[in-house]
Amino acid sequence: MNRINKKLQEEQKMLSIYFTAGYPEPEDTVSIIQDLEKNGVDFIEIGLPFSDPLADGPTIQESSTKALKSGMTTNKLFEQLKGIRDSVEIPLVIMGYFNPILQYGVEKFCKKCAETGIDGLIIPDLPVDVYNEEYKSIFEENGLQNIFLITPQTSEERIRFIDSVSNGFIYMVSTASVTGSTSGFSEETRDYFKRISAMKLENPQIVGFGISDEETFNQATEFAKGAIIGSAFIKHLNANGKDNIADFVKNIRPV
Amino acid sequence: MSYQANEKGYYGDFGGAFIPEMLYPNVEELRSQYLDIMKEESFQKEFKDLLRDYVGRPTPLYYAERFSKKYGTKIYLKREDLCHTGAHKVNNTVGQILMAKRLGKDRIIAETGAGQHGVATATVCALMGIECIVYMGEVDIERQAPNVARMKMLGAKIVPAKSGSRTLKDATNEAIRDWINNPIDTHYIIGSVVGPHPYPDMVARFQAVISEEIKVQLKEKENRENPDYVVACVGGGSNAAGIYFHYLDNPEVGIIAVEAAGKGIQSGESAATSALGKEGIIHGSKTLLMQTEDGQITEPYSISAGLDYPGVGPMHANLFRSGRGEFISITDKAAMDAGQELAKLEGIIPAIETSHALAIFEDRKFKEDDVVVINLSGRGDKDLSTYIDYFDL
Repeated sequence: MNRINKKLQEEQKMLSIYFTAGYPEPEDTVSIIQDLEKNGVDFIEIGLPFSDPLADGPTIQESSTKALKSGMTTNKLFEQLKGIRDSVEIPLVIMGYFNPILQYGVEKFCKKCAETGIDGLIIPDLPVDVYNEEYKSIFEENGLQNIFLITPQTSEERIRFIDSVSNGFIYMVSTASVTGSTSGFSEETRDYFKRISAMKLENPQIVGFGISDEETFNQATEFAKGAIIGSAFIKHLNANGKDNIADFVKNIRPV
Repeated sequence: MSYQANEKGYYGDFGGAFIPEMLYPNVEELRSQYLDIMKEESFQKEFKDLLRDYVGRPTPLYYAERFSKKYGTKIYLKREDLCHTGAHKVNNTVGQILMAKRLGKDRIIAETGAGQHGVATATVCALMGIECIVYMGEVDIERQAPNVARMKMLGAKIVPAKSGSRTLKDATNEAIRDWINNPIDTHYIIGSVVGPHPYPDMVARFQAVISEEIKVQLKEKENRENPDYVVACVGGGSNAAGIYFHYLDNPEVGIIAVEAAGKGIQSGESAATSALGKEGIIHGSKTLLMQTEDGQITEPYSISAGLDYPGVGPMHANLFRSGRGEFISITDKAAMDAGQELAKLEGIIPAIETSHALAIFEDRKFKEDDVVVINLSGRGDKDLSTYIDYFDL
């Protein structure tokens, strides 16, 4: 069984952290992953930096630009992650835009992910219909789960379709926004959480966008299986460096 | 095989809609309605009336006698430079503002590089009394001050794009992010035949008025609807899409696309996407684009701000790959010289973008009785300071 499915069977609400590979420093990738696991994080999304990240707000954009400037590449990420499964057990997902993966070669990329011990991919600008027609078999051959996004505007019919194509979890975007741009959830957003929960989808949902602290984490996971934190973690790294990851995790989910 | 978009928005291998799910409802709303709206009689009437009375169409098809004589062939200029706001860009913004109204949108966003599309968008928003926000790279704001002032005078709000290279591609990213954040009330007026389906097809259809008029005008002047060649400069490629549109599937008409070689294709400072680009995804479209081996999008260079887009519309990528289009690249120097030459021979100062198309005759020879129509896509007023610096005027 894929590590993602196994993890999702556990009782607790999932805390998932996103960070940009090669940030703050090019060689920080592995130690940040190890630290996050040590501090009890359930999932990690490793951001593959891209020059033009359409769905991301300023915080993640800047971290990507900086990582690229200091020489981060797809090859370098795979080199860094070589042997990661000797020290890390939790599910690892790569989140990246489609163009760098297309240039690397989708099949080669998926093979490399499988060799490295990556469990899934989140590719925001690879639409579900294109994935379904052209790439699904490649992902499956390599044991990779592709994670799709839904938003408050996604129609019920489309959510059902996405659910039928998914086999890990569904990434539920909390509000119509780019990453890092909201503070606190409105009544309307919580109604959306309830509405999706009531659909009783096959795949559990993990909420992302707008989660930055214990309160928003708890609100997001009231109806969903877990939540993803990205921009807030990058901001923490900016302010505190990578030595205080324990504090950050404790502030979200006190032991 | 047709060189028009198919119903999924593909031109051969290129096009489609590679967009994050957050954009799907916005793009789908437009995709599912744009053709029906464009077909409505009331839409067509309003569009045509505005093009005639506000934009000043039809634009003349002018036989450039002295220019023709110099190069030993028959050269006609389609005078898009005479459109209101000084370029073909307004054909598209008039169409899209009418589209936005029918979709019930009351907030318009746009990206702009040199500022021409921004001005054309601000113009139609003023005309309709609709809020207008224009994203423009911080670097471009500095070097295109007159157009920034024009947009402000027209009531638009200019938002500097501070991410990445702070130019056109980043302004486009920012506009897309705005659209993600404002999915209900906002229409995004893209300025070229780029972006996710249906934009390339929709913008091409609004610009198609250019070749539609040429067919009628050429019939009057040459007693034939079809020239031997249509020629246009290509950045994203909207003026080119307009002049090619009604000739795309007519093999009697040769299609010539002129890209900016900048300081030379191999100089590292170029915008010749067909020569330097590889297949990839930019701004939601699969097309040819300039990028690193690692798939990071690179910053192109051209003396002309309207041609330095790292991609090219999917229609043009397909014209290139299929061999239907002949692609020529022109250096800064050759373009500037051609602009100067047209001014002296015909009394027309062209935009530097357009000057690239005018520069092909030095090396590309035509038969004496060939009829070659060039899209004179814009006028040179906006480029005066570049001409002044270059020629020390």
